Amino acid sequence: MSAESYVEMPKSLKELQEGVRSGSVKATHLAENYFERIAAVNPNLNVYLSLTRERALQQAAKVDDAASKGEPLGPLAGIPVGIKDVLVAKGAPATAGSKILKGYQPPYDATAVKRLEAAGAVILGKLNCDEFAMGSSNENSAYGPVRNPVDTDRVPGGSSGGSAAAVAANLAVATLGTDTGGSIRQPASFCGVVGVLPTYGRVSRFGLIAFASSLDRIGPFAGNVRDAATMLGVIAGHDPCDATSSEAPVPDFAVESDKPADGLRIGVPEEYFAEGLDPEVRASIEKGIDALRVAGCSIKKISLPTTRYAIPTYYLVATAEASANLARFDGVRYGHRSSESTTLADMYSHSRDEGFGAEVKRRIMLGTYALSAGYYDAYYLKAQQVRRLLAEEFLRAFAEVDAIVTPTSPTPAFRLGEKANDPLAMYLADIYTVTASLAGICGVTVPCGATSTGLPVGMQVLATHMSESTAFCVARAVEAAKI
Amino acid sequence: MTANVTDEDVTRVAELAHLKLTAEESGAMLHDLNAILDYVAQLNELDTKDIAPLAQVSELHGTMGALRTDTLAGSLERAEVMAQAPETDGAFFKVPKVIER
Repeated sequence: MSAESYVEMPKSLKELQEGVRSGSVKATHLAENYFERIAAVNPNLNVYLSLTRERALQQAAKVDDAASKGEPLGPLAGIPVGIKDVLVAKGAPATAGSKILKGYQPPYDATAVKRLEAAGAVILGKLNCDEFAMGSSNENSAYGPVRNPVDTDRVPGGSSGGSAAAVAANLAVATLGTDTGGSIRQPASFCGVVGVLPTYGRVSRFGLIAFASSLDRIGPFAGNVRDAATMLGVIAGHDPCDATSSEAPVPDFAVESDKPADGLRIGVPEEYFAEGLDPEVRASIEKGIDALRVAGCSIKKISLPTTRYAIPTYYLVATAEASANLARFDGVRYGHRSSESTTLADMYSHSRDEGFGAEVKRRIMLGTYALSAGYYDAYYLKAQQVRRLLAEEFLRAFAEVDAIVTPTSPTPAFRLGEKANDPLAMYLADIYTVTASLAGICGVTVPCGATSTGLPVGMQVLATHMSESTAFCVARAVEAAKI
Repeated sequence: MTANVTDEDVTRVAELAHLKLTAEESGAMLHDLNAILDYVAQLNELDTKDIAPLAQVSELHGTMGALRTDTLAGSLERAEVMAQAPETDGAFFKVPKVIER
């Protein structure tokens, strides 16, 4: 099979919203058009795992009705969106990309899903991802890999590969994904769209099938920075159902993103431009940095020397938490139960062995080992200590700069199968993203040029806790430069 | 430090994790765990003697809400929850026998 391209950027929220408000665009027609495009394109990309047609058309009819009566409409009225299949929505199966949850029909909505719908969004369906969000290529999905709409021989990145590809191929106007070590930012950069890592605590995790609870975050994908900012504004804010959700006020991120980047101090950390960085990616990012200089930012070289310890720290913390979180999948209350067993203990282990894929088992084993008697101090405790060093290093840097810019990934999208048999090589695909995950800070990845063969490059803009507005301003300036 | 995970370790950890690994899976796991633990051993280059562990980042931004008051509220419908169970009598989850005689 030869590589094909399915790239088509969605219309902006502004344009679609004006249409829905004036009545020139009917939400029901818009939803039907998207379902038609999904039917035509999805077999080639494997982006959607399930569609929520009935729920979508009901919601769209409600929006059309409200629009025709001149009733107030939400900021996403009639906008077709997709949801990564690790978030639950009542009436739609939730698989988390795993066989162990095949057939599971969650009886409630995630808070982020509920808030999207309350803002008028039309939920089209659930998007493919790596099993339990564990992976950097989407090849770990039990339902087959997603293909990159830019080049179908390449991976879309992971774990939110479906969420990134859906926007890049115009199979949704915007989507939700999750990011534990880079799972929003890396696929957004591989597919040439915008992805947002909100500050830890900004968006409620209620209704998210947990991977690593101290790292998991829900965030949006969109075709441009302003639309991503609007999406974040809708899903952010305190939720009594998530004890770690922040009570910080939620600014109007879209309006904040309109402010000029002029005068902002930008840090460029040398450790993110070292060995292993693809030269074409480096050249694109350097053009982006030049554009920021032209936009009136001051550029400052900085050093974050603990960066090199981020991957080992991340893989200990994340797997330890995963081994505990995934203990709930035992064949008792929901999901797959093995028919092989006669005792309870056997039923647990057979069900888990049949239900989980290789990478999930590897991470459960690593996490269980790191937490087991005699190894806890050497691995898990040590990693938590280094986590503090990494976080404090960022906070010191943010005393001197307003934002930090880096490549999102050291390479453009790689080929399907290229890293599938080497777990360590796959883990290193996250080398520039796991640092912000561990520190809990926020970031935006924005398209920043392409390689000579047309593969997208993403620039990661990081800002300190609760400073998404700053990251959006900087990303807008890069976007405006059309590199 | 070179990691030294043995076959016995793999068996023991698989038991702790309620995973039944095939012989082939166990062999691959032994290789992968040793490779990954060798890689993470570089953390020992850092002196962390006086560093407090950071389990969760909320303390760094200080805007996490107070825990809610403990009040009675509605929950999910039992029938909806039980409908997801592999085996149930409608009120309880049914499982294979716990003790083998």
